[in-house]
Amino acid sequence: MLDGIWIGLSTAFSFSNLLMVIGGCLIGTFIGMLPGLGPMSIIAIMIPVAISIGDPSAALILLAGVYYGAIFGGSTSSILINAPGVASTVATSFDGYPLARQGKAGKALTVAAIASFAGGSIGAILLMIFAPALASVALLFHSAEYFALMVVGLSAIAAFAGSGQVAKALLMTLVGLMMATVGEGALFNQPRFTMGILDLQSGFGFITLAMAMFALPEALFLVLDPSRSNSGGNGGDIKDLRITKEEAKKITPVIGRQSIQGFLIGVLPGAGATIASFLGYAVERNIAPKEEQAEFGKGSVKGLAAPESANNAACTGSFVPLLTLGIPGSGTTAILLGALIALNVSPGPRLMVDQPEIFWSVIISMYVGNVILLILNLPLIPYIAKVLAVPRNYLIPFILFFTLMGAYIGQNNATELLMLVGFGVCATLLRFANYPLAPLLIGFILGSMLEDNFSRSMQLYDGIGFILERPMTMGLLALAVILVVLPTIRARRVRKQELQAAESD
Amino acid sequence: MALDRWIALVILAVSLSYGYTAFFLMDAGLPPFMRFNPIWPSTFPKVIAVLATITSLAILLGFEKKPAESGADEIDFSRLWDYNIGQAVFLLALMVAYALLLRPAGFLLSTLLFIVIGAALLGERRFAILVPVAAVAAGGVWYLVQQTLGIYLSPLPTFLN
Repeated sequence: MLDGIWIGLSTAFSFSNLLMVIGGCLIGTFIGMLPGLGPMSIIAIMIPVAISIGDPSAALILLAGVYYGAIFGGSTSSILINAPGVASTVATSFDGYPLARQGKAGKALTVAAIASFAGGSIGAILLMIFAPALASVALLFHSAEYFALMVVGLSAIAAFAGSGQVAKALLMTLVGLMMATVGEGALFNQPRFTMGILDLQSGFGFITLAMAMFALPEALFLVLDPSRSNSGGNGGDIKDLRITKEEAKKITPVIGRQSIQGFLIGVLPGAGATIASFLGYAVERNIAPKEEQAEFGKGSVKGLAAPESANNAACTGSFVPLLTLGIPGSGTTAILLGALIALNVSPGPRLMVDQPEIFWSVIISMYVGNVILLILNLPLIPYIAKVLAVPRNYLIPFILFFTLMGAYIGQNNATELLMLVGFGVCATLLRFANYPLAPLLIGFILGSMLEDNFSRSMQLYDGIGFILERPMTMGLLALAVILVVLPTIRARRVRKQELQAAESD
Repeated sequence: MALDRWIALVILAVSLSYGYTAFFLMDAGLPPFMRFNPIWPSTFPKVIAVLATITSLAILLGFEKKPAESGADEIDFSRLWDYNIGQAVFLLALMVAYALLLRPAGFLLSTLLFIVIGAALLGERRFAILVPVAAVAAGGVWYLVQQTLGIYLSPLPTFLN
């Protein structure tokens, strides 16, 4: 492991890679602050840039930097103008915005930055411990287990989607899998489901789909509802960035607890940063002393530190399944996986053995990214926050233009732009109806891998028998079924009990 | 019927036609030597088609309990006409026009027009600022993509090239 860390250090600390982290964090913070552009959209927009770099370590370092910067930027806009760019920073605004209203915006930003820094760094340490252990177990897996594991991952994403959302998330995953079968795969040398359209021969573009699922609906929502863009934010009155000793003492245990809890939640597929931040907030409010409990929601530093550290630790945690199993658990890691595949890197347990420089340099760059956010971005925030004043009339055409550019550069094909608009409209409708979109993209990206592993095991065992002959595969598949069915059964039982209670009244 | 069920109905139709293709049409073109394979190009799609049909039926028939109301963050579809739906449709049409014009009109002109018309649609009237900003952005992005990323983007209309 020490060898690995050493390789990672020397890769991450090369001059060009340091520039990548710094640039990534700055770009991420800038764009992440804009309303309507979450980390997923930003990373999707940056992918063509990252791919053109060519070196996978540098590309991944850049994207990870953008990711961190975007999360930090999102927290900033939640604190300053109460406009969370992403769901995972909603909990940040509960106490961050009241603090800003009391004229303590600078203090709130510092607490947020320190909590994010600690959450991210503790997460990175846990990642260093967990990932190699998990990878060494995963090396024992065959394609049959891989297939089963991906099925578990996909069903877990559906299962954690929330009450009443399981079927929808599952359906979206299946639609993603369907879309992945379009085009000519390497497996059969035969075009499938192209409907005779030549442009579909190579399948749907992954960047196009990512843009259409996340960036375009957000931009359309901004157009539809002007109150969402909430411009006119005032970045000028951020003065005192210091926090007192008592405050530091108060938030230290909170940060410690929430970093670990957030990381563990982040590792689970489908749970992710949003759940981690809300849960972190709720837990800290419940265990706080009575007099401090009343402060929550009115500008408590604890209430700000909890979701921030949980959120960042969870983001780091979500890298565990991506780097060790090659299975993304969230929309963002799915996009990163797509970028890795485009760079000819196949993440999974072999990554640590075959390309240790990629694995370790990403982990090391997480530390570097966190340090940069703390020492570079925090002092610059008063200036970066000026971006919040960009008028909506300029913001929206530019977001749309960058969405189009991202799709065009990725495929170099004007038809791709028409597909982008078409899928974007579909995605907006799906969002209206409360269908989660991340499962679709995850299904789309995992689709070909899932089919590859399925086919390989079918060929090895000459039929579906591999499920019965490999107990681990069988166990994993059973787990997948339980994950999907259990929430439905539990919901039905609750409903039945409610009905009975109503009847006995 | 609520929007989510209509969508489930559409997806059901898509999965049925997808399944029909997988079950009845795809195997016809399969070369004879591949018929001995345990896995055919249609195997995996068949599985997905069945699962997607079941899941979309489950939503259509409302097997799962209705979720609690979503947060205030989302837009209420039933009041869609109260929002700036016209602007959204115009911007989408503008994106389609951009896609169709990008090759014939060249990158610089179509991008300039896209940003200027887009901002004007949203209500921007200070063209003295808008046009230079759009021009600088178009030129800047072209330079970045072409020179830094090395991806060819034809800058000028076809008849000038």
